Amino acid sequence: MEKMRNVMPEKSVRLAAGPGFYGDSWRPVRASIERGNVQYVCSDHLAELTLAILQKNRQRDPNLGYTQDLVPMLADLLPLAVQRGVRFVLNAGGLNPMAAREALLSLLRKFGLKLKVGVVLGDAVLERLDDLQAAGASLAHMDTGADIATVRERLLFASAYLGARPLVEALDAGADIVLTGRVADAALFLAPIVHELGWRWDDWDRLAQGIVVGHLLECSAQATGGNFGGDWRSIPDMAHIGYPIAEVRESGEAVISKAPGTGGRVSFDTLREQLLYEVHDPAHYLTPDVDVDMTTLHMQEIGPDKVRITGASGRPAPQTLKIVAGYEDGYMGQAIIGYAWPDALAKAQLAAQIITQQMAETGLKSEETIIEYQGFNSIHGPLADATHVDDLNEVYLRIAVRCPDRREAAKLGRLVPPLGLSGPPFIGGVGGMIEPRALLGIWPTLAPRDIIEEYVRVSVEEA
Amino acid sequence: MKRQLVELVHARSGDKGDKANIAIFAPDRQTYDLLLREVTAERVRAHFAGIINGSVERFEVPNILALNFVLHGALNGGASRSLRSDSLGKSLSSALLRMEIEVP
Repeated sequence: MEKMRNVMPEKSVRLAAGPGFYGDSWRPVRASIERGNVQYVCSDHLAELTLAILQKNRQRDPNLGYTQDLVPMLADLLPLAVQRGVRFVLNAGGLNPMAAREALLSLLRKFGLKLKVGVVLGDAVLERLDDLQAAGASLAHMDTGADIATVRERLLFASAYLGARPLVEALDAGADIVLTGRVADAALFLAPIVHELGWRWDDWDRLAQGIVVGHLLECSAQATGGNFGGDWRSIPDMAHIGYPIAEVRESGEAVISKAPGTGGRVSFDTLREQLLYEVHDPAHYLTPDVDVDMTTLHMQEIGPDKVRITGASGRPAPQTLKIVAGYEDGYMGQAIIGYAWPDALAKAQLAAQIITQQMAETGLKSEETIIEYQGFNSIHGPLADATHVDDLNEVYLRIAVRCPDRREAAKLGRLVPPLGLSGPPFIGGVGGMIEPRALLGIWPTLAPRDIIEEYVRVSVEEA
Repeated sequence: MKRQLVELVHARSGDKGDKANIAIFAPDRQTYDLLLREVTAERVRAHFAGIINGSVERFEVPNILALNFVLHGALNGGASRSLRSDSLGKSLSSALLRMEIEVP
């Protein structure tokens, strides 16, 4: 990447990662604002399952459908952020960004804060699937090629992954807080970079650097030593782990760090693990804004908890956008019961046999049944090492069934408590009935971007 | 001499629909070259027999001394419809570290 070294200091922007999912902590963000000298906080609140939960919330109450960490998080962070002039870019709008805005505006009124709130609409395409098909999009499943008609009646949501452009539009219009629904996770971070540094939308290499920065930051502490597969024992003070901070220069060069005095680590190893997280082909990491090649980039440790990233390259953005739809896909019933030494596994296996026999005899309609032994193989399955299984201290049997409806799935739980008196000896940890859980099928597909983007709307309003 | 991958590399896995990716990271070029030779897509597919029901692709990322494996049909239909305890495939990476390879 070309570097500019003029007399004038090169322009740069500093971004802080917010929570990495709906349910993640925002506590570490305070340190980034207090001591990290950041101008923006960006965060991804929307996992696939999150949208299904939000859809149910909205069905129950039309004023819901956004992630409800929004208000408490900003109530906590805004007083300090406003002092420091820090702005926010959040996809916490979920399936109902307008309702999120209302909730936020009432918080701002309560705090007496005059801030501008930007909203990006147009990602939710469930009501427009016919239009998309009429315009030539088959909406077939991206991986299997299956016809969407097979799940159409059961769809709960369909959201297109938008790029950074409408977010930049909101920032350009002065928004202090930008609320979106589904956008590409890294676009939440690319937007303030482009807004501040004025990059062109065909400057593919710089855009690629921006996406790499966003990708490194979007999963909060996974860049700073959390879930680190290397020497995890050596990661300092994980109880106070810092979230990543990026400084990006006009040239595209970026430095990843974290706030002073926080736990965790930023190193070549922690960052390269995050770089490939959830990536398919690293030479073609497709985003709405640029097709990123990660195989040309260079990561260099330039100081304690400081890594410089240069050299990502980009190719023109794709002509299609990804849509992820979710559909109702039955229910999971599950039951857990623990057995103690001696012969803990053998007892749990006998319990499994009793339950499956009783399932058959009582006519429990399960499309699939999974039997796991926690303490032995519930995580690694058939790859678990079976060398010492005869002498385990304890084993928990977990049975899970896939059923067409909730009532059927609930039947499994009722078969387990009687085992306490009528099964093998020495139980522990019968945790009561576990409520059946609704399962969600995921339908990834593609559609021409112009038909989707035609409906994208940006509005900015002052509290 | 046979060595388990856990002694040689670190790894992280992630999910996307019914696909999982596992990236493994070498400490040096020599180990990376060894991985290139020994940890093929075919071997990874065989290693995960009974867990995945699709193919395995391998991508080379020499600039960070990494190999990225994409496992198709790896997550019991996808995290949000999976019956498994490890619905997100977060520990598939550690399961790969059980693999033994021939080290000169």
